[in-house]
Amino acid sequence: MIGFVSWDATLAADLIRARRQLPGATLPILHALQDTFGYVDDQAIPLIADALNISRAEVVGVIHFYHDFRQQPPGRHILRLCRAEACQSMDCDSLAGHVRERLGVDFGETTADGAVTLEAVYCLGNCALSPAAMLDGRLIGRVDPARAEQLLAEAQA
Amino acid sequence: MSVRVYVPLDAAARSVGADEVAAAIAGEAIAREIDIEIVRNGTRGMVWLEPLVEVATSGSRLAYGPVSPADVPSLFDSGFLTGGSHQLSLGPTSGIPFFARQDRVTFARCGLIDPLSLDEYRANGGLAGLTRALAMTREAIVQEVTDSGLRGRGGAGFPTGIKWKTVLDEPADQKYIVCNADEGDSGTFADRMLMEGDPFVLIEGMAIAAVAVGATMGYVYLRSEYPDAFNILQRAVAISRDAGILGPSALGSGHPFDIDVRLGAGAYICGEETSLLESLEGKRGVIRAKPPLPAISGLFGKPTVVNNVLSLASVPAILEKGAGYYAAFGTGRSRGTMPLQLAGNIKHGGLFETAFGMTIREAIFAVGGGTASGRPLRAIQIGGPLGAYFPDHLLDTPLDYEAMAAQKGMLGHGGIVVFDDSVDLARQARFAMDFCAIESCGKCTPCRIGSTRGVEVIDRIVAGEDRALNLELLDDLCEVMVDASLCQLGGLTPFPVLSALRHFPEDFDRPATASHQPALAKEGSQ
Ligand SMILES: Cc1cc2nc3c(=O)[nH]c(=O)nc-3n(C[C@H](O)[C@H](O)[C@H](O)COP(=O)(O)O)c2cc1C
Ligand code: SF4
Ligand code: FES
Repeated sequence: MIGFVSWDATLAADLIRARRQLPGATLPILHALQDTFGYVDDQAIPLIADALNISRAEVVGVIHFYHDFRQQPPGRHILRLCRAEACQSMDCDSLAGHVRERLGVDFGETTADGAVTLEAVYCLGNCALSPAAMLDGRLIGRVDPARAEQLLAEAQA
Repeated sequence: MSVRVYVPLDAAARSVGADEVAAAIAGEAIAREIDIEIVRNGTRGMVWLEPLVEVATSGSRLAYGPVSPADVPSLFDSGFLTGGSHQLSLGPTSGIPFFARQDRVTFARCGLIDPLSLDEYRANGGLAGLTRALAMTREAIVQEVTDSGLRGRGGAGFPTGIKWKTVLDEPADQKYIVCNADEGDSGTFADRMLMEGDPFVLIEGMAIAAVAVGATMGYVYLRSEYPDAFNILQRAVAISRDAGILGPSALGSGHPFDIDVRLGAGAYICGEETSLLESLEGKRGVIRAKPPLPAISGLFGKPTVVNNVLSLASVPAILEKGAGYYAAFGTGRSRGTMPLQLAGNIKHGGLFETAFGMTIREAIFAVGGGTASGRPLRAIQIGGPLGAYFPDHLLDTPLDYEAMAAQKGMLGHGGIVVFDDSVDLARQARFAMDFCAIESCGKCTPCRIGSTRGVEVIDRIVAGEDRALNLELLDDLCEVMVDASLCQLGGLTPFPVLSALRHFPEDFDRPATASHQPALAKEGSQ
């Protein structure tokens, strides 16, 4: 479980202020917000735009461009399954089908009880131990059916 | 004296329990009142043997693996701390055939040392390259890199020395060194392994580049999928600053140079150098038209060296041992060594650094041991998602830039993904188009629209609708993508598609079966 805090405008402003002077500060700021809150709240958009002296549309454009940034709070756990070629060669598709079915969600969705957000990822750099997954930032290799059960149990806890 | 026991901290090793094994060994040692020192090293690259535990005995390091926490008590019982034999014994690490056959140049220290010990780094040749470079003229450093024959390991294979020369010759008040650590290709993990196992060599390589071209600031653009590498690199940068390797006067030379490590955000296209620069500047990673080259007008409009992790990390050895030493490895215009990454459905998956020229067959069978599933090999994809699929009859192609290009393939970043006979190449071709659609930066039509059309056309072919017409359409579409895309995402996506079609036409001509049709329709949703 990852300890995200709920949206807090003061905290967000602090995070932004601490990074606004960095050259090319947008991504460092968005990462800091997402690491803290689990997503980038819409209310952060004008704060970032003001701090960096760019338009709100530009900030939104950046958030949309990158697959990492979420605009909705995630579940208590984030389960990412690799869907790229090396993992395909080790049948990650069956794994994905199984996980989707068990959680009752598709990629990009969060379970109704708020326990798990399921995300697709294209390569985790663990291609000699495919299929690979990442649970709350922890890399997991050789996800066979037994490991998958363990992961699901952890994620649904 | 306490015995040194090595348990890798590499993310791949941790992904199969290295932390738990380290904890179990520490606990068992305490319970048995034995004094040991656990060193968390990088991986040796024999990933299928992870967690690979090594014990330092007089003379050599003995390997045991793959170790699970449950094996630990019996390892102690068998006296592994003094080299006792156990069912997991692999003998001296350096004698394991997979390891013994390599030419470890760039990865010489990876797995050998504590990645964050500057003392161990120095004791094993570290900083000798930078020290020598600091006594040379800029031109001489660049010449040495040019003479080594080093070509960019990020995929395009452009000569590194020539790129540096352009930046050196460009007058500017500010220049940058940007390390491309986006490593987005499926089947590759060499950058990650090196950054986790020997981060100082990358820092040293960047410092040499900075001294050579007159840059004062460096950025590492690291993909966000690599949290462990991020952590280790940041610590290595801080240690380097404290030691005066980075900062106002690199190694006391008077040359200022510092490094900031930045995270990407899950966009494959940001591995392309101009997209990467846009991203570093805080923008959407939309491709820039070239020219101007980044070497002339790069980060914030300043002359910038953009090099892959492995290109930069190969430089310290070239400066330390000389261009001739490096160029002596390899074949033709592919000089030096290439860290091949054996991935996917392969028995002995891992990193194998070798002089250019080994054949695909040797790499997969003699080194990699064939498929993991034990089923017949059917296809391999080399060079990431934009690389071609090779059939069995092309396995004798040597792994060098020119030989691969002659077969309409590319070596790219050195990833080799093996598939057994359960693979469906029509589905792989569809994925290539789909991946392009997901990752397209949207700047040009052939890629943005073409890739989506490509998915639809392949679906129609597989469904048996107007086959001849749709096959022709796919050919035309691919031609347009190759010829008219602004960058190589759109420009190379046809290669996996057309190679699948050329070498495995039967997969595109099957009555749709329940087993692959629904799955085809499902994918693509992010
Ligand atoms: C779509 C695309 C993705 C790329 N991804 C990477 C990457 O992840 N890492 C990398 O080093 N180069 C990547 N490249 C190549 C870079 O554009 C560039 O050639 C490289 O960073 C130059 O460094 P080098 O000469 O040391 O290889 C990519 C290119 C394209 C077209
Ligand atoms: S080919 Fe694709 S990724 Fe490259 S510039 Fe065009 S739209 Fe962008
Ligand atoms: S392809 Fe799945 S980890 Fe690389």
